[in-house]
Order: sequence, then C-alpha cells, then structure tokens
Amino acid sequence: MTKKKLGPMNLYPLLPRTNCGECLPKTCMGFAVQLCERGLTLAQCPPLVDSKFQVNLEKLEALLAPPVQEVAIGRGGREIRVGGQLVIHRHELRYFNKTAIFTTVDDTMAADGIANRVRETSSFSYPYIGHTLKLDGIAIRSISGDADSFQKTVETVKGLTEMPLVLWSPDPGVMAAGLEVAEDKRPLIYAADESNWEQMAELASRSGCPLAVHADGNVGTIRSLISAISDRGVKNLLIDPGCGFGEALPRSLDNMTMIRTSAISGDDSLLGHPLIGSPVTLWDQGNSLPDESIRWMESCLASMMTIRYADLMIIRDPSMWSTLPLVVLIDNLYNDPRKPVSVEPGLRIFGTPDPVTSPVLITSNFALTYYTVLSDIEKLNCYLLVADTEGLSVDSAVAGRKFNAQKVADIISSSGISEKVSHRTLIIPGLAARLKGDIEDAIKWDVMVGPRDSAGIPGYLREKWEGVDHKPGWSYR
Amino acid sequence: MENGQDALIRSLIKLLAGDGELELEGVTLTAKELTVSLADLSGFPAVTGLVPMPAPLAGLVDIGYTPPVRSYPGKIREVILGSTRGDGGSRVKSVTIGGSSTPPFHLFEGTDPHSPVVAGSVFDMVPPLPGPVKESFGDALEDPCAWAKAWVDRYGADLIDLDLISTDPYLKDTPVKRAVSLVEDLLQAVDVPLIIGGSGNPEKDAKLLPKVAEVCAGERILLSSATMSMWEPVAKAAQEFNHVVLAWSPIDINQAKELNRKLMGYLPPDQIIMDPTSAALGYGLEYSFSVMERIRFAGLMGDKELQCPMASGTANSWGAREAWKRDAGLGPREYRGPLWETTGALAFLLAGIDLFIMVHPGGARTIEDIVGWLAEGINPPTFPDFIGVGH
Repeated sequence: MTKKKLGPMNLYPLLPRTNCGECLPKTCMGFAVQLCERGLTLAQCPPLVDSKFQVNLEKLEALLAPPVQEVAIGRGGREIRVGGQLVIHRHELRYFNKTAIFTTVDDTMAADGIANRVRETSSFSYPYIGHTLKLDGIAIRSISGDADSFQKTVETVKGLTEMPLVLWSPDPGVMAAGLEVAEDKRPLIYAADESNWEQMAELASRSGCPLAVHADGNVGTIRSLISAISDRGVKNLLIDPGCGFGEALPRSLDNMTMIRTSAISGDDSLLGHPLIGSPVTLWDQGNSLPDESIRWMESCLASMMTIRYADLMIIRDPSMWSTLPLVVLIDNLYNDPRKPVSVEPGLRIFGTPDPVTSPVLITSNFALTYYTVLSDIEKLNCYLLVADTEGLSVDSAVAGRKFNAQKVADIISSSGISEKVSHRTLIIPGLAARLKGDIEDAIKWDVMVGPRDSAGIPGYLREKWEGVDHKPGWSYR
Repeated sequence: MENGQDALIRSLIKLLAGDGELELEGVTLTAKELTVSLADLSGFPAVTGLVPMPAPLAGLVDIGYTPPVRSYPGKIREVILGSTRGDGGSRVKSVTIGGSSTPPFHLFEGTDPHSPVVAGSVFDMVPPLPGPVKESFGDALEDPCAWAKAWVDRYGADLIDLDLISTDPYLKDTPVKRAVSLVEDLLQAVDVPLIIGGSGNPEKDAKLLPKVAEVCAGERILLSSATMSMWEPVAKAAQEFNHVVLAWSPIDINQAKELNRKLMGYLPPDQIIMDPTSAALGYGLEYSFSVMERIRFAGLMGDKELQCPMASGTANSWGAREAWKRDAGLGPREYRGPLWETTGALAFLLAGIDLFIMVHPGGARTIEDIVGWLAEGINPPTFPDFIGVGH
C-alpha cells in the first residue's frame, strides 16, 4: 500500500476558495498546484492564518507533511533544516534541504586545535555559479568519556561559533553534561542506540533537541528504537544506519537505500526521518594508512552516501581537496531539475566596450558554461554572444552539432552585433576550434580560436588581441 | 483472528486518540444508518486488559522489518566486448557487461551477473592533459601503444580505449590509412578488449570507423561512436564485422532511445552500448546522473529500446577547472584532480553505468576496488596506494 500521489484537488477544497489574490498565483487552484509542487508554502496564503481556517490548516499541514520528516538543528540565524524529502529520485520532483556537512572536534584535542578546526570549517567557502558553497556545523565528540571535559569542549566550541552543533557520545551522562551548556542552541543528540535509548530519549524530550537513532546495520532494530522513542513523545528524529568501507560498504549502501525506499514508497513512517552518513568513522579504524589515503576514502564514501540519500554528513575536517568534490556533488544533486538548464541566447555587454577595439566572444547557452564564462570575463570590457545550443555545453554542442556555423550566423544577425562594433573579428571557444573554417565561410568575419577554458580569456586577449591592433579594448574595468 | 482484532482495535484507538485518520481498504459496510461514537472510545476499558501490550517502559520490542524488494519486468542486455582465440579473435579474455535485473547496487533486491568495468583512455596524439595524468604515464604518453601497455600492465585496466583524435581535419587530419595502422599496432601491443574512437568529426569518422572495423575483424571491438548525425556507416560496419557500437546521445533520453531504435534496424540489440554523456562534476553532472537513472529504470521497467548497458566517458570530469587548476587554496592537484574524476565516476556507478572510460589510474583503481567490495564484499582496500600515482 503506497501513499496516493497528492494532487491539487486534495488540497483545493481545504483552501479559502475566495481567489482573493493575496498569493502569487492569485487563485486558490493555482495556489493548490504550487503547494503540491512545493513551490509555495501554506504560510504564503494570508487568509489561512484566520482562526476560522484552523481545522483546515491542520489538515493541509498533515496532507503536505513530507514522507521524510524535516528536522531543524541549531537556533537563530544559523539554524539548518535537514530532510523533508518527497521523492527517492531527484528527477521525480527535486531534493530539498541540501545534505548538511559537519566536521568534527573532540574533547581530547588541544584548545588551539579546536579553534583551528572551527575556524577552517566556518570559513570554508567556494564561489560556484552565482552562490557560495559552505559547510554547516561542528560535531563535538566525546573521546575521553569524561563528562566534565566534554562539557568544557562544548563550551569552548560554543564560544567560537554560531554554527549548529552535533553532540556525539554514547554515554547519557556525558550527553547530559553537554546539553546542560548547549541545549539552548538545539544541537543534535548523537546518538540513541539499543543500550542507551531510554536515557537519550529522556534527554531529547527534556531539552527539546533532535535525536539521532543509531543501530549498526540493522533496520529492524532502528524501527524498534524509533517506535519506542516516539512513544516517549520524541518526534524530531534522524537515523544513522552505520557507514563503512570495505566489507561494510554493501550493507551501508543497502541500508540507506532500503530505509529511504521504505519511507517514501512503502509509507513506513517509522523510517521517515533524515539519514545520517558518518564516514568520519574511517579515521577510527587504527590503520596505518597515510592521512591523505584516509581522506580519499572518506570523501569517496561521503559521495556515495550523498547519492544514496544522506541528509547529514559527518566528516573529519574541511581539507579543501577532499571536501570540494563533495560539496559540489551535493549542490549539483540538490539543484532543482525543473529549473531551465539554459540561459537566454543573445548579446551580453560587459563594462563599457569600445565599438572599434573591444573583442566579441561567443559561447553556448548552457547555464553552467555561461556562468563560468561570465565569472571569467565580467571585469573586462567586451561583448559576449550567447548562441542557442539548446542548453548544451560547448563541447557537447560541437559534437551534437548544436553549435555550428549556422547557429553562429543566427546569433550574429539576431543580436545586431554588426551594428555595435565596427571590426569583424569573432573569438570562438577553443573547444569549437574545428568549426573555424565553416564559421568564417558562413559569417564572413575573421575567426580567432580562443582558449579551451574561459579562465584563459584575459591572458589570451593580452597576448593575441593586442597583437591585432585592437588594444586596449579588452582591458580590465 | 483474535490477534487481528486486537491489532485493529489498538490501531483504532491510537488513530482516534490523536488526529489520525482511518482508511479502510477491502471492507464493505452494509448498513442503513451508521453511528460512530467517538466519545466512548477513550474509555474502551476492555482493551487495555485484553491486549498484551508490552509496557512502554519495559524496554525494546522487536517490531522487525521487511526490505522493500520489488520485481522488475525488464532486464539489461548482456554485451560481450573482445573476442578470444577460440572465438576468432586474439584477445586473452573477453569482457561481458550488463545483465542487471535490479537497480544499480540494490543488493537487497538482487546481485548482478557482471560487474562494471574500467577502460583506460589513450590518444593517438598527446592532447592537453592535466599534470597528474601526465605524471602517471611519463614518457609512455608519446607512444599510444606504450601508454596502453602501462594501463594494462601497471594499472590493471580491463579494456583500452584509443581515440584517434588526430584524424580531425582541424587538428592534424591524419589520413585514415595511418590511423588504422596504429590500431593494428595496438592489437599487437595489448591483449585486452579494445574501444576505438574517432575524432568526433562526423565526415571523417564516417570514413575512419568502417576501416577500423575492417582491420579489427573478429576482435569484437567497441566502435566509438554513432550519433544521430552519423550512425549508419558505423552500424553497417559493426554489422559486417561483428563489432559493438557505442551510441552517443547528448544528455537526452529521447534521443538515446531514437538512436537505439535506428541502430537496432541494422544490428542485433546485444551489439549496442549507450553513452548518454557524462558531464563533469560541477558542470552539469546532475543532468547526466538523472538521465542515466531514468534510462536504467525505464530499461528495468521493460522499455526494450533502453535495455542496453551504459558507458561513461568519465574522463570528461577533467574538463572542470577545479580538477586541474593550479591553485594552492584548492589543495594539491595531484589528489584533487583524480578525486574529481573518481567522484563523478561514483555518481555514475550508482546511476547504472557498466563501463567507465577514465584517464587517471587512481580513479580507475578506486572504482575497481569499490565494485569489488560491492560485488563480493570481501576484498581488502588497496586503492590508497594509487593516489597521486607518479609522486
């Protein structure tokens, strides 16, 4: 028995049905459609907050509740939400709430080591197609087993950052000590297992903090734990089914897949909670491998866990080379597949180009290509033609003949670039080098073959453009 | 029956105590007038005594779990690459890919008869290659046969992919005859199954690939590639000389299907492998990932035109500047680059790719190790030795 797919007609009868126009779609039916696709939330219908709609609002909330619960960790400006998933595969709708990445400190680390780790984590940032990729929080781990030293470490970290926290200890006494100083920050309690679940549930219930449930490799035990803990009134739960490489890998992957499938396709509400991947445990295995090897494994495992639905990931540290592929992968998989892949074809003008001396460049209208080129030339004075390659990158478009002489001729004429510049020289991407002759024949301009990567454009212009009498029209603004 | 009633009553109470809803399925109620009285339910004194509910404080009750095993009407075809002496070729072994009847690595639903494999990529001229790749092969890069041997002997590649890029009229315009003689040399140099690709120039490939097919007669190579704009000469050549065709489509499930349909007019379906394009991590990977997932599910659900095994030009990952850029802030590129390629490969592995074409041995080895663990679950980790190969 699977949950029937939610349609606008399930929601419409519960809406005010006045078409008051206070929401963006202006009509209640339009609003119902957007609710189904999660484009809008109930809060965006002002009349619904009226007490006379109280009952309907509750029914709507229940109908719209995602099969994978959404859980908040942290408080204030840095609060994050994890989970809230509606689908197993991103192409079915989209994933919500990007996988959150936590790095780890522990209570045996020296103060400066902790400060370094926290600083590296909170300052991690990478600019990527119009936004910045960041890490999400700090997991504080009890290694010593001593409640006082754990509490002290939690206080230290709390004094260093506003980022959300995970408190990590299997010992309820240690956990209580940590919560005592951090529960106002709503940290994730990590984790309840078969041996400590009653006390951990009690701590979660008393503090109002979310709780992770852990049972290595046994989904039946996880269900039993969640059933028992929910009965105690603790509702904000996450699941860590264990995570390992080598011989543990098949089970690790399977558990993630089974849990998410059961939650979404099988309506198993006991498993309808965000998933945790904890590849940091690779560092515990006491092997003699060099750090770089463990980092490599940790990153590979984290990527696999991300693909298999992890909503929260705990890694050791924010080493750039091993963390960047992971954060980019997460960003990629969590972007909205309904968003267009392409940008509008046409002419873009950067800075204040000179009609006589400024270069004319051309690229594809694949969004990622366009934004990459944009970031490389936005400080120059130049013209950029965006050809209609049907959303393909330059190399794919050349191979698939979506970037060809005809497309170039089309954009030259439709953009009116011939009236904007007096010269007749076009710079094509290095990846389209083989089209040089065809393009020259089609547009009767001179064609120069630019660099293969747009990062090379400024250097290329310095070297090649100035040499053909156009200087200094490309210069930096 | 007793237990069934108890359970029903229990769930009724649980539902009605909260704000739950009750859905009855397969139940017919015949009544003139039905009165449901909620007020009485909070009492229901008999039930608490009657149901042997474990006291909530008494500990954990094992409520078990049934894995969500489903059945899939379709199956991915098995495709054989390479032909051994006994079968009229000269390869020391052949490689079979495909055969899946469950989604990729849903091990709880079933295991695949064949594991994904990795082909090492070599070119007939040295293209702009990132430093870490150059360092892994050194002088061997100057000679495609030596490069291929390094892949097989040092790094254990299952197959070799030779791309004849210098035949492009806008590069070196190497004549077909000379390109083909290199293929003959490669057949002598290595004894694993081969993938032979053109330059991507449709006019030139249309002349080149049939000649490649001819000199490799009997070897069951993978001809790379057929596209919507140039498929007929490749299909004919593969049909005549019993090779396999790589059907390339630009991240588009409908084009992939249409191209397969065209090819299937010439070729038995087990002579087709699809390449739905592998965009680089950070540069559209997600579109490739989703198209691969959709293709694989469509195949498993019975779409016969999408039941071909899939190949990935994972080497595309190196197109991402994050993979090769010299930038101290991004960390050492001898680790970063190979990991970039590996991360892309892992995404595609879990989306259903059966054949990877890679340029760095570190990533190739990682994929082989991971596939080994997933297929057999017992192999010890070996790949860390291969990180930063050449350093």
